[in-house]
Amino acid sequence: MSTETVTPPARPAPPPSTPTPPAPGQGRPAAAFLLPFAILYLAFIAGPAVYGLIMSFFDASLVRPGLGSFAGFGNYAEALQDPDFWSSLWHTLWFTILTTPPLIVLAFVFALLADRVGRGRWFFRLAFFAPFILPSAVIALIWIFMYTPELGLIEAGLNTVGLSSPAWLGDPAWAMPSLAITTIWWTLGFNFILYLAGLQEIPRELYEASAIDGAGPWQQIRRITIPMLGRTTTLVAVLQVIASLKVFDQMYLITNGGPDFATRSVLQYVYDQGFTNFRLGYAAAISMLFFLVVLAVSAVWFSIVRRQEKEV
Amino acid sequence: MASSILAPPDADTARTDRGVTQAKIDQRHRLFNRICFGVLIAFALLWLVPLAWAVDTALKPNAETTRASWLIDDPTFAAFGRVLSDMPILNWFGASLITSTLTAVGTVITASLAAFALSRMRFRYRNVVFWAILAGIMIPGQVLIVPQFREMDALGLLNTYWAVSLPQIPTAVAIFIFKQFFDGLPRDLEEAARIDGAGWFRIYRRVVMPLARPAVAAVAIFTFVTSWNELLWPLLVLTNPDLMTMPVGLATVQGAFGIRYADTMASAVLGAIPLVAVFLLFQRHIVEGIAGTGLKG
Repeated sequence: MSTETVTPPARPAPPPSTPTPPAPGQGRPAAAFLLPFAILYLAFIAGPAVYGLIMSFFDASLVRPGLGSFAGFGNYAEALQDPDFWSSLWHTLWFTILTTPPLIVLAFVFALLADRVGRGRWFFRLAFFAPFILPSAVIALIWIFMYTPELGLIEAGLNTVGLSSPAWLGDPAWAMPSLAITTIWWTLGFNFILYLAGLQEIPRELYEASAIDGAGPWQQIRRITIPMLGRTTTLVAVLQVIASLKVFDQMYLITNGGPDFATRSVLQYVYDQGFTNFRLGYAAAISMLFFLVVLAVSAVWFSIVRRQEKEV
Repeated sequence: MASSILAPPDADTARTDRGVTQAKIDQRHRLFNRICFGVLIAFALLWLVPLAWAVDTALKPNAETTRASWLIDDPTFAAFGRVLSDMPILNWFGASLITSTLTAVGTVITASLAAFALSRMRFRYRNVVFWAILAGIMIPGQVLIVPQFREMDALGLLNTYWAVSLPQIPTAVAIFIFKQFFDGLPRDLEEAARIDGAGWFRIYRRVVMPLARPAVAAVAIFTFVTSWNELLWPLLVLTNPDLMTMPVGLATVQGAFGIRYADTMASAVLGAIPLVAVFLLFQRHIVEGIAGTGLKG
């Protein structure tokens, strides 16, 4: 069997739709089963989404009840001319650019190695995944200490190998890369698990057959593993981009948007405008603009997935 | 099978006319795997350094933390004692336990009921309902904080645990996990129960849910951990220090301890312990929850 003919496995066939004979009047029990979820969904997701959209057209304020006066597209026009909004959007994108490639590549490499090694998987899962389940506040406490000038472990480590250490969190140019390093360490485990699961779906026979055909490890990785993980990679990539765009915790806790607002994310700008400056209408408009960015990313993902499915 | 990707082919195969080359290839694979193992161990240890450093520092007296050394002259648990007496960390723990449990239980019940209807019943607008739920996935919860805050204020729920949990309960992903699982269950038992006169709720409660334990565990634990770690939303709706959840409370620690690094790290370790415990107990379910969410996404 030659490895060139390998194609990703077809999706499992969708389960047959409800083979149970249609009993009469399933509408009513269905409504009853859907009701608890529907109430919460309408009350806390759909309702606020609509209310937020409406609010974005008003001068709503935190310290006044009601919507306030109608502003039309005023909030949106202001946001588009607001340099602080654009810089917070840029910080969010810069963070996404810094974190996404390493979080995909490293997770892939670690999962691939763990899968090939086979032994000690529990240990690798513990090491890479344990940080992910810790609260951001714990991460922040540990990493602020790690980055502390003079006493921090990172500076000490760099000094022992003869390197000088940048000011990490104190330097506007280094603050974002520092946050990116922390985030890579913190969240890599999630992608690692997704990749491990994807790797387990690849039939072992493919490797065995290709080894008999004389394929070396690199050839196996290039010809079998990477193509068969295409789907997983798309998924990891989009989940990662969306997760990175939604960044708030690390910046709020570790740098509080500083130094000199160099790390203020969009969500923190929403927080600052809405809950520090009391401008809820403006904050709602920024949220909507941010939502459009996330939606655009998801749309790109859907089109890629659709193309991949056609190719299969 | 799973662990033997590169086991040498069995003796039969190796004894072909290409025997020599085959042996060489096996050797190459074995060498490669050994290098893989070394590289991976190195990175895994590197990954553990920050956590180990936090524990190490927490065991030092505050005075010793001014030099970055792994060695401790005078190891002590005193920092933990100080944190437990100075910080209402047990209150935070309680608040997190209550809100996360509420979220997890609420999610399991509402999502499994809805998924059962979507998986088993035929009704008008079924596709509409399905797409409406799917659309909900597209909305990141964070963009709703402003209107949700207003809503909680209007409902008089600010500074209550309800405000923390309720918006976290309706998660579309949980419905998909349950629906996926229900769709894969055999129908024979349900048919039998129906012939015995069981109604829908009885079938859900007595037949399907007991079979769906793996899905329940995955959704419950994953929701619990996510909810426990939530920062932005509880930060907004809980301003009363007595009600703060663990992450919100810990967010105030940094300023409070200043340069008492042993105390700071002790509080970080105490904040990590509940989750490390959950992780060690339910590792498999958490991993399944992630893998399931992802691969079916």
